[in-house]
Amino acid sequence: MTRKVGIVGYGAHIPRYRIKVEEIAKTWGADAPSYKRGLELWEKSVPPPDCDAITLAVEAAKRALKRAGIKGSQISSMYIGSESHPYAVKPSGTVVAEAIGAVPFCRCADYEFACKAGTEAMYTTLMLVKSGDIEYGMAIAADTSQGAPGDALEYSASAGAAAFVMGAENIVAEIEYTTSFMTDTPDFWRREHQFYPQHGGRYTGEPAYFKHTTGAAKSLFEKSGTKPSDFQWAVFHQPNGKFPMRVGQMLGFKKEQMERGRLTPRLGNTYSGASPIGLTAILDVAKPGDRIFMVSYGSGAGSDGFIWRVTERIKEVQNITTQTFTLLDEKKVYIDYGTYAKFRHKIIKND
Amino acid sequence: MFPARVAREMPHRYRLEAAKCKKCGAVFFPHRLICRECGHREFDTINVSAIGKLISYTVIHTPASQFKDESPFALGICEFLEGVKITAQVVDIAAADIKTGMDLQIEFRRVQTDGHAGVIGYGYKFVPLI
Repeated sequence: MTRKVGIVGYGAHIPRYRIKVEEIAKTWGADAPSYKRGLELWEKSVPPPDCDAITLAVEAAKRALKRAGIKGSQISSMYIGSESHPYAVKPSGTVVAEAIGAVPFCRCADYEFACKAGTEAMYTTLMLVKSGDIEYGMAIAADTSQGAPGDALEYSASAGAAAFVMGAENIVAEIEYTTSFMTDTPDFWRREHQFYPQHGGRYTGEPAYFKHTTGAAKSLFEKSGTKPSDFQWAVFHQPNGKFPMRVGQMLGFKKEQMERGRLTPRLGNTYSGASPIGLTAILDVAKPGDRIFMVSYGSGAGSDGFIWRVTERIKEVQNITTQTFTLLDEKKVYIDYGTYAKFRHKIIKND
Repeated sequence: MFPARVAREMPHRYRLEAAKCKKCGAVFFPHRLICRECGHREFDTINVSAIGKLISYTVIHTPASQFKDESPFALGICEFLEGVKITAQVVDIAAADIKTGMDLQIEFRRVQTDGHAGVIGYGYKFVPLI
């Protein structure tokens, strides 16, 4: 008999600092209303200098452990997906595992696949649990993403993390189906020793984001024999506010199924964290029996698809720790472009 | 900052581990080898709770060179349920809004970096409750 596995605990973390589209546009002489309309995005989170993908991951992991109701020492694998690992050589996962007390008997590696590294970590962890090799594993999606000064990406590249404890006991969202759709697509990249990524402009749309997300979504429908109306919720990778709504509508989902998990308009694009943080926001309000349709996207390019079914235990864990909308909407600190440039190390100084 | 020091300080900087004397119950943060109260050498490891009360603070305007870019910043002392007092930076809040007696929570942050190429020292800072 196949072992039932899924999410046992989940948590998110978002820095408190925000910068508005108007503030960035003012600096570069750009038209803020055009950017807001074009990206469907009003502001984004900004990590302060003492915050990176590791610190965000640790805070999200602590919340996930609280909801799982287990100790860090019970975690047997730690996989973190990010494209902003603080070290080029040295794992982020070792720091997070040490901070939550998961060392030393813990499998660990950092994942990279642009914005879908986090969902790949989720898949690997689910399958390790399903194989019976481990009881609990931690999968984290965390990024402090970079956008070149003045580039369209600068308006969206933001920071955040989501962490998930996967297990076979006390599940809050059982995994029903997964899929992956992947090709070699040069839509977005950063070469070694370059500060900022580059992208293929409009090529990032139809041949990249839409081809892969719809490819994964259709594969999920086929595998599971489901249709959009079978789901209470849907969450897609969200590089801006527009793309996830458009792909959802193309597939037949309604706005009310997608709105809860679409955080980009007031969070920005958290890259690896995008659809996973959206999933945490949905889990915060989901009811037992709800089904969630999830598709990530990572440039390069690929999409991972998941169908989750929420269990009775969700009601016990939703209010155990800080919810994602609280992190998103409360105690925000707005900063100007000068402070933002300092925080993001955009000002080069002599050593 | 040497890698060995970073590694040595992980138990208290990463996990807020404190030592509780098995004989008299005194709690020490960071841990000690010999109890200052009774001289006993055996301790239980406990974790300091994540929320503390700010009992004093100051604002640093002339910091050590490695913290120059963070100036001015607040440095506070919080007292925790376990009876220990911890000193750390108070961040994500304007200095004018910091008040003695307020509750603060601990968050995992970068504490020190060894230039652009050296090891990153992680640890705890105080932030306002959310």
